[in-house]
Amino acid sequence: MTATVEAPRVVEDVVRPVRFHQVGKAFGSGRKSVVALDGVDLEVAAGEFVCLLGASGCGKSTLLNLVAGLDKPTSGRDELSSSRPAVMFQEAALMPWLTAAGNVELPLRMAGVPKSQRRAKAAELLELVRLAGLGDKRPHELSGGMRQRVALARALASTTDNTGSGAGKPSLLLMDEPFSALDAITRDVLQGELLRIWRATGTAILFVTHDVREAVRLGQRVVLLSSRPGRVVRQWDVDGLSGAGEADAVDEINAALRKVISSHAAA
Amino acid sequence: MPQPDQTGLQDREDVYDAESVEAGLDALDTPVDASEGSVARRVASRVLPPVVAIALLVAVWQALWAAAFWPEFKLPAPVDVWAQVWQLVTSGKILELFWVSVHRAVIGFAISLLIAVPLGLAIANSKVVRRGIGPLVSGLQSLPSVAWVPAAVLWFGLNDRAIYWVVLLGAVPSIANGLVSGLDQVPPILPRVGKALGAGRFGVIRYILLPAALPGFLGGLKQGWAFSWRSLMAAELIATSPELGEGLGQFLHNGMSLSDISMVFAGIILIFVVGVGIELLVFRPLENSVLRARGLTSAAH
Repeated sequence: MTATVEAPRVVEDVVRPVRFHQVGKAFGSGRKSVVALDGVDLEVAAGEFVCLLGASGCGKSTLLNLVAGLDKPTSGRDELSSSRPAVMFQEAALMPWLTAAGNVELPLRMAGVPKSQRRAKAAELLELVRLAGLGDKRPHELSGGMRQRVALARALASTTDNTGSGAGKPSLLLMDEPFSALDAITRDVLQGELLRIWRATGTAILFVTHDVREAVRLGQRVVLLSSRPGRVVRQWDVDGLSGAGEADAVDEINAALRKVISSHAAA
Repeated sequence: MPQPDQTGLQDREDVYDAESVEAGLDALDTPVDASEGSVARRVASRVLPPVVAIALLVAVWQALWAAAFWPEFKLPAPVDVWAQVWQLVTSGKILELFWVSVHRAVIGFAISLLIAVPLGLAIANSKVVRRGIGPLVSGLQSLPSVAWVPAAVLWFGLNDRAIYWVVLLGAVPSIANGLVSGLDQVPPILPRVGKALGAGRFGVIRYILLPAALPGFLGGLKQGWAFSWRSLMAAELIATSPELGEGLGQFLHNGMSLSDISMVFAGIILIFVVGVGIELLVFRPLENSVLRARGLTSAAH
């Protein structure tokens, strides 16, 4: 089960929210340019949960920006056929002047969704992250875990399925180390919550982390990136692992990650 | 490997009830509001210290006067000053003084606002404008606007326009700078999140940057009010003429002309009361409610 994915898992006629072909991204130009990503092939199927694993400098934020459409690649092709992806960051970054519900409504408000619809949608999403009835709280009145759940609800509200213009396309949730700033218990509970919400919504998730355990627990597939420049080193299929199989996968991926990191010691 | 039941800290024997664990965490982690005790005590703890301080000040004043260190025409008796104020109140003249000065300050402040907001937005959003006139605006802030009185009198004559000119030059730089620093202090993650949530360029300004800059802007407004009130008093004090009507500055000037020290003291006290009163009645509550909504105050105000 922990074998490297060798044969391409492609079924050509399926719509894939993300399909990167030899994507590269360099910042600056000429001799001073820094290559952040180099020849990255990455696909995410509709409804798939993919974890991107890498040490610092692997260009994961750059990759997420490309997927989110906030940036353009300098080489290769990036085909994005999802509705506008929902993005979640390491910090909740809630707007401190808005209530929890106000924050969830914000993307809907910016998209011009009428008020009554906004209210209903926000209540529904807060219910999904188990914060029903706390919509009137301000961010500073919430705990770190609750704030991150509000941020998740807000991110989900921003997908174009909810703002109206992208119905029918597969949805995609991008998460940039969303739980790394939380304490261990809260992180554990939120990982469970994320899996529940993933199953409930059927959205595809691209989840960046540097925690191997987290990657194996959450993902169906783990993609290891090298650092400076970021390249795809290996992928593992970790769907449905448990017990000893899961522990083996964690060990194997850990070893590979260590190898990638120690290769930078000489440089 | 989506099987949450078999990992994490829950023992497998336990019933994994994510919902109740989560509810427990929420209850434990939620910041607790420490209440400050009864309303009466809260009011007392806020009102008492300044009242005691003022009482002490008056007591020292009374003692100095009683000791007769200085002649009567230099240091008036507190009672005499109070008599002056009381006479203004009973004759209704105080209303005229307040009206002349306060309506000027308010109009001047409003015009300043209309000029300063677009100016601040331009400086904060455009590098060229910032490099060009940013230092000028900051510099004007440290130039006492009284310095403009002679020029204003020569340009406009002794009339309201000269006074407004001085008030504008006092208030506009403060308000504009407050807005600029408010916008500069917005954490960069917020506009980034706004973009990720689908905001365009103007959406980011309207829904993210402006509300986020509000506390800094309010600080600028408060300072702008203080500057416009100060400049107004200086202008009224220097540029006196019958057609300007009698405001607080003019009243103070008359006191000096009449060598009536108790009248001068009464004038100073009234100017102080108006300046502080408007800050306490208008700006402080506004600022407190904005800050409290964002969790930015300790309750110590």
